[in-house]
Amino acid sequence: MADSEKLAAECLSMRRTLVEMIHNAGSGHTGGSLSCVEIVWTLYSHVLRYRADEPDWPDRDRFILSKGHAAPTLYATLAEKGFCDPVLMVSTFRCLDSMFQGHPDMRKVPGIEMSTGSLGMGISVGVGMALAARLSRRDYRVFILVGDGELQEGQNWEALQAAAKYRLDRLTVIIDKNGVQLDGTTDDIMPSGNIAAKLNAFGLDVRECDGHDCSALLSAFNWACSEGKSPRAIVAATVKGKGIPFMEGDHTWHGKTISQQDYELATLALRGERA
Amino acid sequence: MNMKQKGMPQRQVFGEMVAELGASNNRMVVLDADVSSSTQTKHFAARFPDRFFNMGICEANMVSVAAGLAACGFIPLASSFALFISMRAGEQVRAQVAHPRLNVKLIGGYAGLSDFADGASHQSVEDLAVMRAMPNMTILSPSDIVTTRLAIRVMLEYDGPVFLRLSRDSVTEDYPADQAFRIGQAITVREGADLSIVATGPMVRLAIEASELLAAKGLSVRVIDMHTIKPLDHDSLDRAACETGAIVTVEEHSRLGGLGGAVCEAVCERTPVPVVRIGIPDRFGETGRYPELLARMGLSAGNIAAAGEKAFNAKGKKPAMSRYVNASVSGKNQTL
Repeated sequence: MADSEKLAAECLSMRRTLVEMIHNAGSGHTGGSLSCVEIVWTLYSHVLRYRADEPDWPDRDRFILSKGHAAPTLYATLAEKGFCDPVLMVSTFRCLDSMFQGHPDMRKVPGIEMSTGSLGMGISVGVGMALAARLSRRDYRVFILVGDGELQEGQNWEALQAAAKYRLDRLTVIIDKNGVQLDGTTDDIMPSGNIAAKLNAFGLDVRECDGHDCSALLSAFNWACSEGKSPRAIVAATVKGKGIPFMEGDHTWHGKTISQQDYELATLALRGERA
Repeated sequence: MNMKQKGMPQRQVFGEMVAELGASNNRMVVLDADVSSSTQTKHFAARFPDRFFNMGICEANMVSVAAGLAACGFIPLASSFALFISMRAGEQVRAQVAHPRLNVKLIGGYAGLSDFADGASHQSVEDLAVMRAMPNMTILSPSDIVTTRLAIRVMLEYDGPVFLRLSRDSVTEDYPADQAFRIGQAITVREGADLSIVATGPMVRLAIEASELLAAKGLSVRVIDMHTIKPLDHDSLDRAACETGAIVTVEEHSRLGGLGGAVCEAVCERTPVPVVRIGIPDRFGETGRYPELLARMGLSAGNIAAAGEKAFNAKGKKPAMSRYVNASVSGKNQTL
C-alpha cells in the first residue's frame, strides 16, 4: 500500500477512536479534532523526530497543539505512537484524576510539549522553543498547529512578528483552516481574510494545501523542512467534523456531546455505511 | 539592621546583579518588552547580546516565549513593569507559567507608586493580588540592596515560577552582607513585645521609622520583613500574633489582596488578633512627587505608627461594630 493510502486508513481508524473517546467522556470537541487528524497523524508518522520511550530526548522535534481543544487527536496519536496507554485514554478522557485532561497538560501526558487550551498562545511558545534550539545549538524543528478561528487572537500576530525578527527558519506554523468556530463560520463571526497573504506579509514563507490529503501534507512538510531563511506556514484547507457527514461544516459540532444515537450514526459513517 | 543612607535604585541593583550572574550561568536568558533602559536589563543585554531578547511592546508574547524557553531547559527572566507582567500578560502567566509550573522568572519593575510621575496608567497597585491568586506562584518582594541581590540568587536557584516585585525607586543597604535569605522565611528586623509591624518591599524602611516613633511612646514593636508574599511565612505570623497580640501590615499595593489580605487570611484562621492594614486605599494612583504621593495614600511613618497604636489599643477587646472600619488613620474614604 502506498504511504498515503496507508495514512488514510490509519486516519479513519483514528476518527473511530476520537468519536468513541468523546462519546464516552460525554463532552469534548469533535469538529476541530476531526479536522486535524491527517495533519497530526502525518506529522507524527513521517515528519517529527522523537523517541516515544524517551519523551524528554533533548533533540526531539517539538509539536505544540495551540488549538488545545483538539486534545483527543493529539492523545490518540501519542497513544498510537507508544507514548501512553490507548485503553486508559479512551476510558478516562475527561474523568477526575485522568492524565487525559480536557485540554493537553504537559505535566500529565508524556510527549505533550506545552499545556494549551487558552487560544492564541502556541506560536509564542514555539518561538521560545526555536530560540532555545538556536541557543543550545540543537537542530530540532518546531511545529505549531493553530486553528483559523484561533488566529483572531492578537497574540498570534505578536508571535509571528518575533518569528520573523529572529528568522526562525526551523519553525513551522500550520493553520487548520476549517472555516468554522464555536458560534458559526469564521466568515460570519470574524472574517479571516486571506490568511496566506497575511502570514506572508508577516514575513513567513507560505504554502497552501488540502489538509485531508496525506500526500499533499507530506509534500508541504517536506517543503517546510527544506533549507530556507524564514519561518514557514502551511495553510491547510480542512473540513470541521471531517469524515462524519452530519457533522461536517456544522459549527454546533464544535463542542457538542455525542449522544448514543449520534454515536451509532457516526460509527456507521466511519465504516462507510449509512443508517 | 544598619540604616545606612547610601541608596541605589532597586531596578539598578537588579540590572547589575543579573548582568553579573549571567557570566556564571549560561542557562540564564533575559527578555524585555522595550523597557530595558527602564528595568535595567540593558546591562545584561550589553554583556550577553546572544542571550537577550527584546520582544518589543508585546508583553503577552514575551511571557509565552519565555515559557517555551523554560520548557527547553533555559531560565528565562521576563522583565517589564509589574502591571504589564501581572495584567497585560496575566493570562499567559497563568496558562503557560503557573499552570505548567515552568521555570520562568517574572520581573515586575516599577511596582507600587514608584513610577510616581507617570500616574495611574503606569502605577501597579494590584499586581500582588493578581499573582497571589495563581497556584504554583512564588512572590518575592525584597526591601533593600542586600536582600534584592539575595532574592535574585534564590530565585534563580529555585526551580519554578517566581514573580519578583521591584521598585523604580532607591533602596538602601540595610542588611549585613551575610544576611540569611530563604524563600518563605520572613526576616525579623527588630524584636518587640507589644505589637508587630509586618512590611514588604521598600516599605520595611517606613515600618522601622514607625517603630521608632512608637518606641518614643513606650511601645516595644517587632518589625518583620515579609520579603516572600507567597508562600507566606505562617510561623513568623503565628509567633507575632501570639507573642505581641496585634499586627499592622504595610505595603505599597492595594489594601485588597496583597500582603494585608494575605496576613488577615492567615491570622484570622490561625491566631486571631487585631490586624490593621496600611496600603493604598481601593483606588488608583495619580501623578505627584513620590513622597507626597505615598503620604497621600497613607504610606508614612506617622500613619503607620498611628495604626500601630490603634492595633495595640484594640488588643483583647471584643469586636464592636465599626471599630476597625476606619482603623487606618489617614483614612478619609478608607472604608475597605
